[in-house]
Amino acid sequence: MTDATAQTQAARPPRNQWWDVWDQFKTHKGAMAGLIFFIFIIAAVYLGPYLWKIDPTYIDIRARNKGPSLAHPFGADQLGRDILARMLKGGQTSISVGLTAMGLSLVLGTFVGVLAGYWKRLDGLLMRFTDLFLALPLLPLLLVIIMLFRDPLRAMFGLETGIFVLIVFVIGITSWMQTARIVRGDVLALKEREYVLAARSIGTPSRRVVLRHILPNIMSPIMVSATLGIANAIITESALSFLGLGFPPDFPTWGRLLFDAKDMIQQYPERVIWPGLAISLTVLAVNYIGDGLRDALDPRIRGR
Amino acid sequence: MLDDPKVSKILVEVRDLKMHFPIHAGVLKKRVGEVKAVDGISFDIYEGETLGLVGESGCGKSTVGRAILRLYDITEGSVKIDGIEIGHTPQPDLRTMRPTMQMVFQDPQASLNPRMSVSAIIGEPLDEHTKMSKTEKRAKVMDLMDQVGLNRDFANRYPHEFSGGQRQRIGIARALALNPKFIVCDEPIAALDVSIQAQVVNLLEDLQGEHGLTYLFISHDLSMVRHIADRVAVMYLGRVVELASREQLYAAPKHPYTQALLSAVPEPDPWIEDKIERVILQGDVPSPANPPKGCNFCTRCPQVMEICKTDEPPTFEIAPGHVTACHLYSATNTESVS
Repeated sequence: MTDATAQTQAARPPRNQWWDVWDQFKTHKGAMAGLIFFIFIIAAVYLGPYLWKIDPTYIDIRARNKGPSLAHPFGADQLGRDILARMLKGGQTSISVGLTAMGLSLVLGTFVGVLAGYWKRLDGLLMRFTDLFLALPLLPLLLVIIMLFRDPLRAMFGLETGIFVLIVFVIGITSWMQTARIVRGDVLALKEREYVLAARSIGTPSRRVVLRHILPNIMSPIMVSATLGIANAIITESALSFLGLGFPPDFPTWGRLLFDAKDMIQQYPERVIWPGLAISLTVLAVNYIGDGLRDALDPRIRGR
Repeated sequence: MLDDPKVSKILVEVRDLKMHFPIHAGVLKKRVGEVKAVDGISFDIYEGETLGLVGESGCGKSTVGRAILRLYDITEGSVKIDGIEIGHTPQPDLRTMRPTMQMVFQDPQASLNPRMSVSAIIGEPLDEHTKMSKTEKRAKVMDLMDQVGLNRDFANRYPHEFSGGQRQRIGIARALALNPKFIVCDEPIAALDVSIQAQVVNLLEDLQGEHGLTYLFISHDLSMVRHIADRVAVMYLGRVVELASREQLYAAPKHPYTQALLSAVPEPDPWIEDKIERVILQGDVPSPANPPKGCNFCTRCPQVMEICKTDEPPTFEIAPGHVTACHLYSATNTESVS
């Protein structure tokens, strides 16, 4: 910071610190590339279907197993459905499942972790609860949850939304444990820091100590679990679809496309490559965004 | 600052303060004992004065400071600040008392949240206890920064961009924000180098003059305490062994521990330095989890007597305002024995 800028700053009320965050974020090339790619993917999957008007479930039996052509740029699958249209439609589901499930597991994990780390009384109970969840065999649990709740949820929200809510919920509540453990460990270390004591000596109530001093300082590990969480959620969703527990078979998601294609991987490898590439690039982009955001949010790194 | 402290009002009254930390061990986390970090201390702090609290590392100085501000839930005893008993008030009810009493911390690096800008750090107490508008708050923060000698341009910077002395000034500004009456300075200069120590101590003295602040100045630096304190309390293993005005204490220390402590102060003049007869204490400080029976100092005292090993010494006022807890003075003569 030069003297000139410092002086203008003192004269005016302080610049919103989110501008500083943005300035720092912009210097991270990977993060910018990731952000641009992520925006591109989002735009493609949400706006793309308006431009590429083929119905992803339309069966054109004559185009069966066709390779790339002008009519079907990514080719057509074993039933003659257009793969590009299915990719776009599938992306909508996969990305929204990924983002919301990650959000849910993050909120749950952070909540449990902060409670356990900050309030000693809750620690034992909550962490044993976390251990319990970690020890549960995931697949039977998912089977039971989906068996029990699929039909009521379908009745309540309709076919697609019902399954969406169920899948997000199931992925969310089975993947928060890692975050909870990481957050608890960090909170345990942070709450002994003197600035937390200083905040208490000022009279800041515990909930605001957590919001103002603890949470901003555990941003880095949360950010890392968030970016990993998206990948995990997309992949779990595809596993669920594969088992027939997720979305119905004709409903495209990236995971579903992968599993549909895997039987014919030797004849038509590109059908595995396209959704695989979409999943990995999205995950990579989110990882880079998370990385850049983590750096940008840390004032010690900012400005270097 | 005050020639006769008896005249002015008592601001802080500590009686028989005990702070014991439980020790848990074993599979079942059974309570097997306790660390008696502070074991029954009493003193008063008069309005506008500085009470120095000295002692070696681990004797419980910082714990006293934090216990008085009720950052810990104290085991026993009473703490009255400004006439209000806060010794056993539940934490949420203490909130209204917090503006009266503030603290300056030892490590200026650790006591500032690295993710908050300077203006946010100084403004935090204002957020908590006042309903100022944004512009009012900003003006107040700027005013505080002026008072502690920080450049206003630094308001939007972050703690890592400052030197140790500047960080300590930020800490002091935060403590001042709510116009407190009483500030506990917990070794505020221990982490700074000598030239900066002087600046910070002078700043503290200036602020005391301007605002009529009362300090509890915790330190292990005897010469600095001599400079800033009006009265000095010497602690050993969780107890106050001697409490006297600065002049009395430095001129005629009564308790054998104080004598040993003062004789350890280095002397800048090498001629005098050679001639000083230092009292070298033998052995180590006993564990506060298992203090000796009788006087806490009996295991190392050069003038130990039989009674010291069995009876805890009461406090004797051997001169007006000069109290010590030592059996040497149990005889009625208040003239100096050593």
